[in-house]
Amino acid sequence: MNIVVLAKLIPDLVEELEIDDSGTALDMTWLRLIINELDDHAIEEAILLKERTGANVTVLAPDIEGVDDILFTAAAKGAERLIKIVGDYESGVNNHALARVLTPVMKDLQPDLILVGVEAHEDLDGSIGPLLAGYLDLPFIGYVASIELEDGKATATKEYPGGLSVEMEVTLPVVLGIQVAEEPPRYVAVSKVRQAMKTAEIEELEAGDFDLAGGPTIDRMYQPEVSEGATIIDGSLDDIADSLIGIFKELGVQ
Amino acid sequence: MTATAAQAPNPSISDTFYTSLFEVDNGERIRACLQCGTCSGVCPFGYLMGFPPGRMIAYLRADRFENVLESDTVWMCVSCYACTAVCPKEIPLTPGLMTRAKEELLLEGNVPTELQDALMNSQRYGNPLGESPRKRAEWTKGLDFDIPTFREAKRPVDVLWFVGDYPSYHPRVQLTTKAMAKILRVLGVDFAILGPEENSDGDSQRLAGERGLFEMLAEKNGKAFGKYEFNEIITSDPHAYNAIKNEYPKLGINFPVQHFTEFVADRIDELKPHLKDIGERRVTYHDPCYLGRANDIYDPPRKLLGAIPGVELVEMTHNRTNSLCCGGGGGGMWLDGFQWEKAHVRLSEWRIQEAVNVDADILAVACPYEPPRFEDAAKMVQGAGRLMVKDIAELLADSLKMEE
Amino acid sequence: MNKDILVVIEHIRGEVADISYMMIAAARQLAETTEGEVLAVLMGSGIENLAGNLAADKVIYLEDPQLANFTSDTYQQSLENLIRENNPRAVVLGHTSIGMEVASLLSAKSDLPLVSSCLSFSGENGSVKFTSQLYGGKILAEGLIPEPIALLTMVPGGYKPEDGQSSTPPLVITAAAPQFADLEISVKQYIEPETGDVDITSEPLLIAVGRGIQLEDNIEIAEELAEAIGGVVCASRPVVDQGWLPTSRLVGKSGYQVKPKVYLTLGISGAPEHTEGIAGSETIIAINTDPAAPIFNIAKYGVVEDIFDLVPVLTEKLEES
Repeated sequence: MNIVVLAKLIPDLVEELEIDDSGTALDMTWLRLIINELDDHAIEEAILLKERTGANVTVLAPDIEGVDDILFTAAAKGAERLIKIVGDYESGVNNHALARVLTPVMKDLQPDLILVGVEAHEDLDGSIGPLLAGYLDLPFIGYVASIELEDGKATATKEYPGGLSVEMEVTLPVVLGIQVAEEPPRYVAVSKVRQAMKTAEIEELEAGDFDLAGGPTIDRMYQPEVSEGATIIDGSLDDIADSLIGIFKELGVQ
Repeated sequence: MTATAAQAPNPSISDTFYTSLFEVDNGERIRACLQCGTCSGVCPFGYLMGFPPGRMIAYLRADRFENVLESDTVWMCVSCYACTAVCPKEIPLTPGLMTRAKEELLLEGNVPTELQDALMNSQRYGNPLGESPRKRAEWTKGLDFDIPTFREAKRPVDVLWFVGDYPSYHPRVQLTTKAMAKILRVLGVDFAILGPEENSDGDSQRLAGERGLFEMLAEKNGKAFGKYEFNEIITSDPHAYNAIKNEYPKLGINFPVQHFTEFVADRIDELKPHLKDIGERRVTYHDPCYLGRANDIYDPPRKLLGAIPGVELVEMTHNRTNSLCCGGGGGGMWLDGFQWEKAHVRLSEWRIQEAVNVDADILAVACPYEPPRFEDAAKMVQGAGRLMVKDIAELLADSLKMEE
Repeated sequence: MNKDILVVIEHIRGEVADISYMMIAAARQLAETTEGEVLAVLMGSGIENLAGNLAADKVIYLEDPQLANFTSDTYQQSLENLIRENNPRAVVLGHTSIGMEVASLLSAKSDLPLVSSCLSFSGENGSVKFTSQLYGGKILAEGLIPEPIALLTMVPGGYKPEDGQSSTPPLVITAAAPQFADLEISVKQYIEPETGDVDITSEPLLIAVGRGIQLEDNIEIAEELAEAIGGVVCASRPVVDQGWLPTSRLVGKSGYQVKPKVYLTLGISGAPEHTEGIAGSETIIAINTDPAAPIFNIAKYGVVEDIFDLVPVLTEKLEES
């Protein structure tokens, strides 16, 4: 059983985002990148499956600043194989381009299961999991919260709004979009990650040219006006509490 | 585990762990443990720990350390040094046994989620609060004078002020940071801060078992210290003080450091003419674990309080070496939920009760973990309604303010 | 020249999801610019009645037992066929656990451009502009909808469900689904949400907590406020993932869509995954320390304060009164 997890680095929202001079992209100067939280869940789910079934786990990521850290961290958690996709990411890449580049890579790796976070907050041209499934001609199930593997089949629990879930059975190989792992992503001690840096090896594969067709062009990027709708209530805590109680009464909930 | 045990030449988990304790300063003293149980008795959470220090040593000697690794009550240890301070054989229980045990638990993945978040934040952002590292000097914005960073100063500066995590980011603790800035200014100290180049001192992460993270953070701070010219470091954070004084040198990072209270106590004669009466106040002082028991600094804070006109200093039942812990040390700051679930009492409330018992108006503190912890606790303790929690820096600044 | 707008109606177990009506409202606006018609696509088995209040020009109803339960492959194959037959200008889907995977699969398989997270559209000199919500709602991006056929996935917030509903039943054209090939996914069973707890979808006053609550213990301050004012505590995903509140209290994309009279948020930033669930609220009141939090864009009243300072004061006053 081969599991390949795809992980992406995306802007960390802990820093305020700024738009660059072109007005069509984020200013990269102060941007911090962080692993997409849902990809982190996908890695955790893969490791849990490895622990249950003895599967092999490969983690694959685009070669963007910080990628070594996330790959070595994955190795410290138990991933066997680390691959980064080297290419010219500076000029802008979208999910279509990345999915096209990954298609031959995945064909070579021949995974039984491809796991990826079901979405990322920077997605403007769909999410990468189903795009990849489309190019690979594989089935896709998204918003997955648990996986069972048996006899060349996977049973995935897909979440719908309102707490309703559905169990779907699918023939392997399959691409699954992870919403949440069965356990929260584990913490690995820094010493273990440092150990992995000494022992694990990151393979490099060339991305080649990026074909952005399929995604839109951005003409303008901007921050929504702050508080355009909200009437801000200020004053001392006492005053604010009184105003709020007044509003509750007015709205008939108090 | 059993597989390794079966192969006779391989040492057992207990053996390996026991031997590793000798690497800590005076670690070999563990051999002298009398099993007197004083450590477990004095431990504030000893009554609900599966393996308080004495018992853990007994299990090690019985070759059953596996049992310790299965328990999660080691996470009740707040690294307060109470056990270490009373041990008749002077075994380094806190820095050795308990910290090493947490390291093993962490490697095993036996870590409460709350603590994981703080550790992950420290790794990612250089502070356990998960705040933007870019905003580390943002607290200076509310002041009516400038606080220079070394990067801006571009010249040798007398004093490097290591601000610390909570003093930089926590809204309540920022008030004490601003008070300290005022005092340094009145004293005419030539100082600068590192701003975004400062990282968490890492000491509480170390005591919570994350040595690798501690080393990573220490290396970053060491690199920043090495970039600039200054004569000494001062800090208001006893945990940072402990790290820079006792732990960084082991990593080859050697810089003289003073706690804020020591630094100001040395200059109290310069400050005294500026201090005005704050009105009659009964003040009691809480010795922070990492200033008191861990580093023997008991008098400078008291000297400062005594210098404030109007202050009547009273001692609580537990003071100096047997001071109580606020519950924030050794990762306790990030285990409040976990510890509440196990104990349903808060150590900070016990401390507040003692302050109420001596009829204090003000509980004076000297550690950034304490103002939010004790203020929170004061809300829960009967009779603590009029008790104010103030950092010594705040009391000094209040006394200065009267002058204007 | 393609003119019509196809809208993929989302429904789960006999109920049309609110996002479907919002999509119709958006599609009506798009169709005005392109001078085409709004064609709603309803796929399922025995659910023709769901077409009744859709404010579409026509409803194409694909009736097939294999469409009775959603799977991405049957939806993708059906839509591929419909797009070929109808040559629309745009296909609008929900940015949801149904729409997003189908849209992305279609984009790859049929080589069609895709714009996701669309909040609203506007027409300009014959071309149509999209506004999408990125980075947790902190950034908006605008551009032209690619020609000649584009797939669009929509997030709630730009349109009201009422504007996609009509009291006049639309013309329904029942058609057969295509011959499905190579289906790999089968639905085994539904797993019901946990019951026995309150039904947050029918509560008039909800008090919502998010990551800003920091600790499980702090839920208590929200519970105390709820008790003092007679409301119910609900939460965004991180709080439920931590196990601090049950799934029955989860509001947002993966949780419940709620429509209370008052939705009071405590330390919630307003990421789209959460706000998707609260579009139906009559009044949103937000308390957050960050004045730039996106929640203030959709709230009617805002307070920039620390919940740990304000909420106890508020609770105390409510208890007194």
